[in-house]
Amino acid sequence: MISPGAVDQVFVTLKDWIVFHTPAPLQTLVSIVIEVATIIVVFAALFALATVFERKGLGRMQNRYGPNRVGPFGVFQPIADAVKSLTKEDVVPRAADHVVHYLAPLVLVGVVFLTYAVLPVGRNMTAVNLDAGVLYFFAVGAATELAIFMAGWSSHNKYSLLGAMRAIAQMVSYEIPLILSSVAVIMIAGTLSTVKIVELQARYSNGLAHWYVFTPWGLAGFILFMIAATAETNRSPFDLPEGESEIISGYFIEYSGFKFALFFLAEYLEMFAVSGLGITLFLGGWSSPVSFLAWIPSWLWFFGKLLALLFAFIWVRGTVPRLRMDQLMNFAWKFMLPMTLVTILSAGIWHFLTVAVVGPKPLGGVIRWLVCALVIFVPYITLARVLERGRRIEKRVYRFAE
Amino acid sequence: MTLPFLILAIMTLAGGVAAMTMRRLVHCALALVVSFAGLSALYLNLGAEFAGLAQLLVYVGAIAILIVFAILLTRGGEGEPEGAFSPAGIVGAVVALAVFAVLAWAVETSGVARAGVTVAAPQITMREIGFALMQRYVLPLEVIALMLTAAMIGAVILALREKRNDSAGDSGAAQKQGLRA
Repeated sequence: MISPGAVDQVFVTLKDWIVFHTPAPLQTLVSIVIEVATIIVVFAALFALATVFERKGLGRMQNRYGPNRVGPFGVFQPIADAVKSLTKEDVVPRAADHVVHYLAPLVLVGVVFLTYAVLPVGRNMTAVNLDAGVLYFFAVGAATELAIFMAGWSSHNKYSLLGAMRAIAQMVSYEIPLILSSVAVIMIAGTLSTVKIVELQARYSNGLAHWYVFTPWGLAGFILFMIAATAETNRSPFDLPEGESEIISGYFIEYSGFKFALFFLAEYLEMFAVSGLGITLFLGGWSSPVSFLAWIPSWLWFFGKLLALLFAFIWVRGTVPRLRMDQLMNFAWKFMLPMTLVTILSAGIWHFLTVAVVGPKPLGGVIRWLVCALVIFVPYITLARVLERGRRIEKRVYRFAE
Repeated sequence: MTLPFLILAIMTLAGGVAAMTMRRLVHCALALVVSFAGLSALYLNLGAEFAGLAQLLVYVGAIAILIVFAILLTRGGEGEPEGAFSPAGIVGAVVALAVFAVLAWAVETSGVARAGVTVAAPQITMREIGFALMQRYVLPLEVIALMLTAAMIGAVILALREKRNDSAGDSGAAQKQGLRA
C-alpha cells in the first residue's frame, strides 16, 4: 500500500533521487536543469492540450464539431498543428527590422516562462522560493509588453503597430487592477512569498480550508483579478489588440510558421501563468478545499484548478462579445480601479474585526463576514448606478450596415 | 569578480554603449532596456531582491514603455542623428564625469570604505522594507507620492489642448453631447 504522502511527493522524491546519483560538482546544475525542463515540458504539453480543449469547447458552444479528423475525437490535432507550423515557410517582410522581428517571439516566450519560477504547483514543488515571489511575478511579467511592442514595431506594418499600441495601452491599464487586487491578499497574508501564501491557506477549521476566496474581499478580489487577467492576456472579450475585423490580427500579422506558433504558445502560457497566480493567491494553491479530500495529491489539485479556470476562460470567450476601446478604458479606470481599492479597504476592516471586537466564533464570524461584504457591496451598487446614470439605452442605429 | 557579475556587467555596459551609438531611436531604447535589465540582475546578484525587482518593474515595465511611446507618438524621431562628438555630446560627457566624481567621492568617504572591512551582506526581508516604508519613512513616501501626482496632473494640463468655443464643428459636437445627455 502506497501512502498518500508518498504519491504527493513522488516528483520531489524522484528529483532528489536523480540529484543524489549525480556527481557532487554537477548537483546544483542538474537540479536546476530538471526543474526548468519540467516546467517547460509540462506547460508546453498543457498548451497542446488547451488548444484542442479550446477548439472543441468553442465548437460545442457554437453548435459545431470542432476538430475531429486527426485521431479519435481530434485529440491529435495539436501534433498536426505543430507539424504544419514547423514546415510552413517563414515569411519575413522585406521592410521589417530583421533582428528585432526575429527576437520578439523569443523574448516573449522566454519572459513568460520565467514567471513560472515562483508558482507553487504542489507541496514543496516551487522552482524558486523567493521572499518577494509575487513582486517577481509582476516584475518579470511586465516585460511581455516590451516584446509585444518589438513585434508590432519591427513588422513595419501599420496594423501591427496599431495592434501593439492597443495591446500595450490595454496591458498597462489593466496591470493596475491586477496588482491592486492581489494587494489585499498580501496585506492579510503579511508576505509576498507565494509558498507562504499557499501554506497560510492550507489550514483547516471545521473541515473547511482558509482559502481567501471564501472571504468577501477575497471573492471580490478574485473576480476582479480574473477580469484583469483576461485583459492582461489579451483574451476575448478584451482581444481588441488582434481585432480581426479592424486590424486584421494585430501585432502578429507579419509572423508566419513557427514564429506565429511561438506567439500562440506565449499567449496560452501567459494565461496559465496568471491563472496559476490567481490560484495561488485566492484558491489556496495546491491545497484541497475540504480537509477530507486532502489525500488527493497536491499537484493534482493545482492542475485541476488550472483546468477549471481554463474552462472558464474558454466559456467567456464563447459567450461575451468584444469590447470597444472606450468601453475597455472606462471599465478599467472607472470601475475596476475603484473596486480594487474598496477590496483593499474591506481587507483592512477584516483584519481589525478580530474575535475581541465581534465576539466568539460562530456569530462573530458571521458578523465579520457580513460587515466586510457590505463594505464591498454598497460601493459596488453605488458605483454601478453612478456609471449608468445619464446613459439611455436606445435602439441602435447603423449608419453603414442597414 | 565572479562569472555572473562579469556577464551582467558586460551586458549592462554593452547595452548602454549600444543605446548611445545606434542609429534608430527605437533600437537605442531597446538597447537601453538591455542595460536596465542587466542592472536589475546586478542588484539581484548582490542579494538586493527588492531593489532588483523594483528596478525591473519600474524601468523595464514602465519607463521603457514610456520611452517607446514617446518615440512613436512624437514625429521627427527618425531624423538625421547628430554625430557622436557634437557639442551636446561634450556637455553630456562633462555631466557624466561630474556625476561619476560625486558618486566616487561619496563612496570613498563613506563609512564602509574608511573602515576597510568587508561587511557581511545584511539580510533584509521584504517584511522589514514594508515596515520601514509604512512606519519610519511614511511621511517622505507620502510626500513623494503627492509630488509625483502633482507633476502628473501638471503634465496633463500642459499637454491638454485648449478648448475652442468659436469653431463651428466643436460647438456642434458639444450640442450633440448635450442632446445625448
